[in-house]
Amino acid sequence: MNARTRLASLARWETLLVLLLIGTLIWGTARSPYFWQGSNFSVATSTFMERAIMALPMTLVIISGEIDLSVASILGLSSAILGVSWEAGFPLWFCIVLALLTGAAAGLVNGLLVTKVGLPSLVVTLGTLALYRGLAYVVLNQQAISDYPPAFTRFGYGNVNGTQIPWSMLLFLALLAVFAVILHRSWVGRQIYAAGLNQEAARFAAVQVARIKIWLYVASGTMAAVAGIVFTARISSSRADNAVGFELDVIAAVLLGGVSIFGGRGTLLGVLLSLAVVATLRNALAITNVGPEIQGIAVGGLLILSVLGPNIARSLSRGRSRPIAGTRGLRPEPEPGR
Amino acid sequence: MKTRVMMLRLLMVFALAVVTVGAVGVRGSGMALAQDNMSCAGEPIGGDAAAASPEAGASPTAGMDMGMGSPMAGMEMGTPAAGGGGDLNIAFLPKDVVNPYFGTAAQGGQGAAAELGGQFQQVGPQTSNAAEQVTYIQTLTQQQVGAIAVSANDPNALAQSLKDAMAQGIKVVSFDSDVAPDARQIFVNQANAEQIGRIEVQIMGRLLNCQGEIAILSAASTMTNQNTWISFMEDELSKPGYENMTLVETAYGDDDPQISYDKTVELLTAYPDLKGIISPTTVGITAAAQALEAEGRGGDVQLTGLGTPNQMRAYVKSGTVKEFALWNPADLGYLAYYAATRLITGEITGAEGETFEAGRLGSYTVGANGEVLLGPPFIFNAENIDQFDF
Repeated sequence: MNARTRLASLARWETLLVLLLIGTLIWGTARSPYFWQGSNFSVATSTFMERAIMALPMTLVIISGEIDLSVASILGLSSAILGVSWEAGFPLWFCIVLALLTGAAAGLVNGLLVTKVGLPSLVVTLGTLALYRGLAYVVLNQQAISDYPPAFTRFGYGNVNGTQIPWSMLLFLALLAVFAVILHRSWVGRQIYAAGLNQEAARFAAVQVARIKIWLYVASGTMAAVAGIVFTARISSSRADNAVGFELDVIAAVLLGGVSIFGGRGTLLGVLLSLAVVATLRNALAITNVGPEIQGIAVGGLLILSVLGPNIARSLSRGRSRPIAGTRGLRPEPEPGR
Repeated sequence: MKTRVMMLRLLMVFALAVVTVGAVGVRGSGMALAQDNMSCAGEPIGGDAAAASPEAGASPTAGMDMGMGSPMAGMEMGTPAAGGGGDLNIAFLPKDVVNPYFGTAAQGGQGAAAELGGQFQQVGPQTSNAAEQVTYIQTLTQQQVGAIAVSANDPNALAQSLKDAMAQGIKVVSFDSDVAPDARQIFVNQANAEQIGRIEVQIMGRLLNCQGEIAILSAASTMTNQNTWISFMEDELSKPGYENMTLVETAYGDDDPQISYDKTVELLTAYPDLKGIISPTTVGITAAAQALEAEGRGGDVQLTGLGTPNQMRAYVKSGTVKEFALWNPADLGYLAYYAATRLITGEITGAEGETFEAGRLGSYTVGANGEVLLGPPFIFNAENIDQFDF
């Protein structure tokens, strides 16, 4: 693919997202007097930060040609581990480390199954989606753990003193910077794109595809654990059903951000914009009293559009074939279209 | 594995259902003592909700004749988006908006809103999810509603956001399932444990003319609510008048339909003279009704307990179950709306001893910890069951 046309098409996609964002902001402001307020910025962002944090590694995983459906379950499991270890009387920093290690280990299992055993990541992480959530239920044994110290819950729920910026947003921005450097400014990032564009070619070019993918899954699991800690702090509860179904929102945001489901393409800027669009849209719909079904339809519709849009645009511009490798490990490759 | 998670989720939903049914704490306030003389001593049963309720005038089903049982997400009455804490602008936030139980409660709330000229809206998650409720509370706070009436999926997870709402002048009422006491002003409780326990024995006494062997089919042996109710059942049975009605066994069906069914069959085999079964769990009573019908013992062995009209309708029609108890969720929603309006107008603050009027339900007094008790359990039978859909 010609680098210049790719850049151009991405730029167009990101412009579209900006327009979508502005449109949502105008619609929300017109429909509700409570929308365009500082306190609503806090409401809209604080409830979305866990998903935003998980979307960072998910972007890299999808660019590398794989997928991780188990993130929300890892979030639930690490939140459960945090809860039971806190209840067992360990100091909070130790419980947090334990939760992070749980997430990393859960990600490692995913990575090993995908790369060493060679199973399709769609299937592996669909399995661990159920497995890790089941473990969370077993670990917590139908109870909820809530007696966290106020300083901890303030971190999840409160704003930076005197502002409407949630603490969790600062954490997200810091992580965003790290992931942006890795993906867009380092050799690791170039290898991730290479692995996603064409796995075989990357391997011949001495890219250690398996190793990179294992580390991406570990990163995904660890970030899910970070999100789990934020989530636990935000609702000051470890519950086995914490963040059920979040994987859909995370993947939707990444794909809407212009990351190709076939791997090898996408930017964190696009994902950041789409996170803003989805968070704003959900908040605007909620504050104008649109029911949860319609919210689901709106976000689902956006997702379909985001996958359809670039494909249609591509087939319109020039009948280029899709990149070859990385269809979540499902082979044979779907017939390159149009 | 997918099935496994589905089963676990079902279990969870189910546990929540049990909590809903059992959300009545371990407080025996002694209010029901007045009913003692109405049991097997030969006088009318005290548990008759209509007769015993404070100002008994109106039918407990008033206001329930609108299309029932439909999911009510985002449903609204009155003009939307009128702000200001002074308005009677009250939002209901149930555990989920799909369960017809909350649909019925919402109709009660709507009825109250119509009487008072207030606004009613119901929002909430589609599945019972504490974190989503937190998001809704934050949104409602942002919208500056006058009051939030919430049935909590988790008492502590919702606490911080509700305290935040209260700090901004929004009144908070919990109903059906309480939140942490410092995160709301009023908790509208269904009925207390003592009333629930005693009324089931009183119904059975009426059905059996106070004679014969009875058994209890409970949930798990570790369930606090059921055990509390059973202790009050045993206490009721120890009273004069029940000499000829003997409790032969308390069996545990673990709130599992199959186990409950099997335990019922075992009871029938082990006690050929068994005349009645009390099942203080919605799962148990349904499974026991199935077992009685399958064994051809329906009507021969009396069955009562706690059930929901939709689950029990077929067995009431077939005569296997003549009467069972629960509270009326429409009344619960009605009372929650009234309590919320009284908080908004400043008539009450949630302090113990305050009294307020709640329309057709009469006058109520705020108890310890801001609790308001709806009243005695409601008895469902063949005559009234078709007025309910939950």
